Amino acid sequence: MRYISNTPAQQREMLAQIGVGSIEDLLERIPAKARLSRPLNVPAAMAETDLVRHLRALSALNANADDYACFLGAGSYDHSVPSPINHLISRGEFFTAYTPYQPEASQGTLRSIFEYQSMMAELCGMDVANASLYDGASSVAEAALMAHAVTERNVIVLSKGVNPLYRQVVETYCEGPGIRLKSAPIGDGATDLDALRKAVSGQTAAVVIQHPNFLGCLEDVKAAADIAHAAGALLVVVADPVNLGLLTPPGALGADLVVGEGQGLGVPMSFGGPNLGVFAAKQELVRRMPGRLVGATVDLDGQRGFVLTLQTREQHIRREKATSNICTNVALCALMATIYVSIMGKVGIRKVGELSTAKAHYAAETFAKIPGVRLRFTAPFFKEFTLELPKSPERVAKRLMKEKILAGVPLKAFDRTQKDCLLVAVTEKRTRGEIDAYAAALAAAVA
Amino acid sequence: MHIAKPGYDKLIFELSCPGRHAHSLPECDVPVSDPAQLLPKEHLRATPPELPEVSEVDVVRHYSRLSQMNYGVDTHFYPLGSCTMKYNPKINEDMARLAGFARLHPLTPEAAAQGALQLMHELSRDLAEVSGMNHVSLQPAAGAQGELAGVLMIRAYHLARGERRTKVLIPDSAHGTNPASTALAGYSVVELKSEANGDVDLLDLERHLGNDIAAFMITQPNTLGLFESKIHQITEMCHAKGVQVYMDGANFNAILGITRPGDLGFDVCHFNLHKTFTTPHGGGGPGAGPVGIKDHLAPFLPTPVLVKDGDEYAFDWNRPQSIGKLQAFWGNFGMLVRAWTYIRTMGPDGLRAVSDNAVLNANYILSRLEGEYDRSAPGPCMHECVLSARRQKKLGVTATDIAKRLLDLGFYAPTTYFPMIVEEALMIEPTETESKETLDEFCDAMIRIAREARENPQLIHDAPVTTPVRRLDQTGAARQPRLKWTPQAK
Repeated sequence: MRYISNTPAQQREMLAQIGVGSIEDLLERIPAKARLSRPLNVPAAMAETDLVRHLRALSALNANADDYACFLGAGSYDHSVPSPINHLISRGEFFTAYTPYQPEASQGTLRSIFEYQSMMAELCGMDVANASLYDGASSVAEAALMAHAVTERNVIVLSKGVNPLYRQVVETYCEGPGIRLKSAPIGDGATDLDALRKAVSGQTAAVVIQHPNFLGCLEDVKAAADIAHAAGALLVVVADPVNLGLLTPPGALGADLVVGEGQGLGVPMSFGGPNLGVFAAKQELVRRMPGRLVGATVDLDGQRGFVLTLQTREQHIRREKATSNICTNVALCALMATIYVSIMGKVGIRKVGELSTAKAHYAAETFAKIPGVRLRFTAPFFKEFTLELPKSPERVAKRLMKEKILAGVPLKAFDRTQKDCLLVAVTEKRTRGEIDAYAAALAAAVA
Repeated sequence: MHIAKPGYDKLIFELSCPGRHAHSLPECDVPVSDPAQLLPKEHLRATPPELPEVSEVDVVRHYSRLSQMNYGVDTHFYPLGSCTMKYNPKINEDMARLAGFARLHPLTPEAAAQGALQLMHELSRDLAEVSGMNHVSLQPAAGAQGELAGVLMIRAYHLARGERRTKVLIPDSAHGTNPASTALAGYSVVELKSEANGDVDLLDLERHLGNDIAAFMITQPNTLGLFESKIHQITEMCHAKGVQVYMDGANFNAILGITRPGDLGFDVCHFNLHKTFTTPHGGGGPGAGPVGIKDHLAPFLPTPVLVKDGDEYAFDWNRPQSIGKLQAFWGNFGMLVRAWTYIRTMGPDGLRAVSDNAVLNANYILSRLEGEYDRSAPGPCMHECVLSARRQKKLGVTATDIAKRLLDLGFYAPTTYFPMIVEEALMIEPTETESKETLDEFCDAMIRIAREARENPQLIHDAPVTTPVRRLDQTGAARQPRLKWTPQAK
């Protein structure tokens, strides 16, 4: 019992102080009928060396991005993770602290969150960002709930270009409040603006688009903003902040809320979680935002300090009237992102976008030269693109795995009409050598 | 607390020096590198974002210094009630960082992610055993999302039976997430008065139970740290009226191997892996909030459901009655690896010893402090105790004051003003990992503060003085929110 400090002698001393004979006496309120009369049926304890051996073997069954060239995207990306991140977040004072309820003893966490809020607001082109939500999907869902509360309208128009996994989460969250979801279809890779215009009405609380969208294509954010605003609705843009060093921030194009997945900012892929839900808004919406917010203030001596603020929005005070039920968020992932953005800085974050774009376009061009393979859409794309293959994408992907390549995400599971398609993501980490090897393997697989 | 550089008051933005950088990115090894040749101009940022320009040593030193402005379990006793701030084993971290786990993409074909799926399957099996439930979904990202999943499953269950129930009963002592999650699931909340010891008032419960009630949501042990002894009666009363019973698993650390929610008659419960199962709290997450259910709720589990077919693990997406998804992917997998590792480190006897020692430690604190502070209920407590500072309040010293003084004396503070039904509440949860020596130091400090409240209350009102900042103006922060750095505002 290496994590339990009391020795048997100390346990006896403590029981004597309490005035009982045994620990069992302390459990007197638990009726016999409620007792488990046998040990738990979980595996026996393992020594550390055995445990490590066992888990290494289990982890080795997984095709991971150290052993394979990873071209998988669709919401989780193999971007570079600078070495200092793991070292700094592993410091026990960050790692083993909790929500900064006592600000004087939590300035490290509070300051880093304030920096995170500042960085996200800057990247998104928004006035304010919160301290994080669970993941990109929950951020979109919370944006839908917030738009519903702000506009007192009942319909969310969601582009088909929004990650379908996010859409499913939005549906789950909208079930209780009775918010209806409508779709705006995709034209040539991007949202069909005429169809969007028709889908929007006086009932629309928000239009939600993703930019670049699930298929990798860039959206006309400004046009979508005009359509939403003309109907009195909010525009929610789902974005990946790692792209926003290069791309025009959605805030500058008319977005009212910018939400999305921040995993690309130094957070490991980790089979999809924990991720980092980004949530940024315009100033006038700040008091309706979900989640925690850190603000700057001063202490008794006039020295600068940071505190959790505007807490009357939150569940621990407002209870059933809170803006959201979120309590624990993903502060440590936000810290990873903060350190990542600090390391990349003004110049590096742009370079990540430039390199990803350049390599993705080289890959797309190279792959599209293979007979039978073509780009599904002609709309401009960023670091991800959709290939149409002459053979089953699942089988092609399986074949490429033999060459240690994770080829991409077959789209059949998300949309039957895209059953010939493979979604390919290329980050700055992919080398020309890997891309060329992919091309050769792909050519062989479809021949 | 040891501050490397006293009075450090920088934000990373304020270390910025134009031209300095810390990144090390790969070469552009493809022919066209200029994005202006690849993307329409209107999509490209006109001006670079205002982000710091710093070196790697700037970054490392800055965040190391910030870390030193924090108390954590690795450095301080952290008796934050209801949060279960126990020691986070280091092996958990090494295991979660294995490349096969940390570097695994969520959409890797299932056949090439069998190790991850097996681990998840085993963890859900073990959590089902620990809770006496039939099925566990690992998908919820935190306790509050687990609550939402649970209440949505209850809702789907009633609707599938053609019943439109509109209300959920919640005791006034409940965590704030309970009513918030319930409201989010589309229910109105009916608050039930607790008895003085935090127990459910059975007469009041009886009065409220009816065809319009979908669920009764309670914390067991309750938020006063007491085991609800009439629990079987409660679950039977609820079931007789078709009401589902939900257990908030925030206090699971008290009952491992002693009793199981499933055996007590609960239909749903959630687990906070960051509490009971030693995944780190990380300054406020990530957590993980798996939800356990009985068989009759299985059709409504979040999609996808992990299944085992022979020796193969796979996701089952064909669940027509499912409440849907809660996360984009499958759950906070990194946290699941840590919890799995912990359960395997402890084994059945170890898990039972956790609760025994958590209960022992809490009662030890209670017995040492009850002379100086009012206890909220008679008899032994479970893994946490709730004291009231009402005696000190009469001397002008509040629960907040006591919390601040503790910071100076080398401890993080208990939870204050919760549960709301206790005046000047101080909720103390020592956890099993603390030693008698630490508990004694803490109790000595609490007794000292009680004496100071009588003899020298100014000392307490001035606290804290050893922390990087003194008491902060929270009202001012809320009145004129400053929520991001701007170059002018230093």
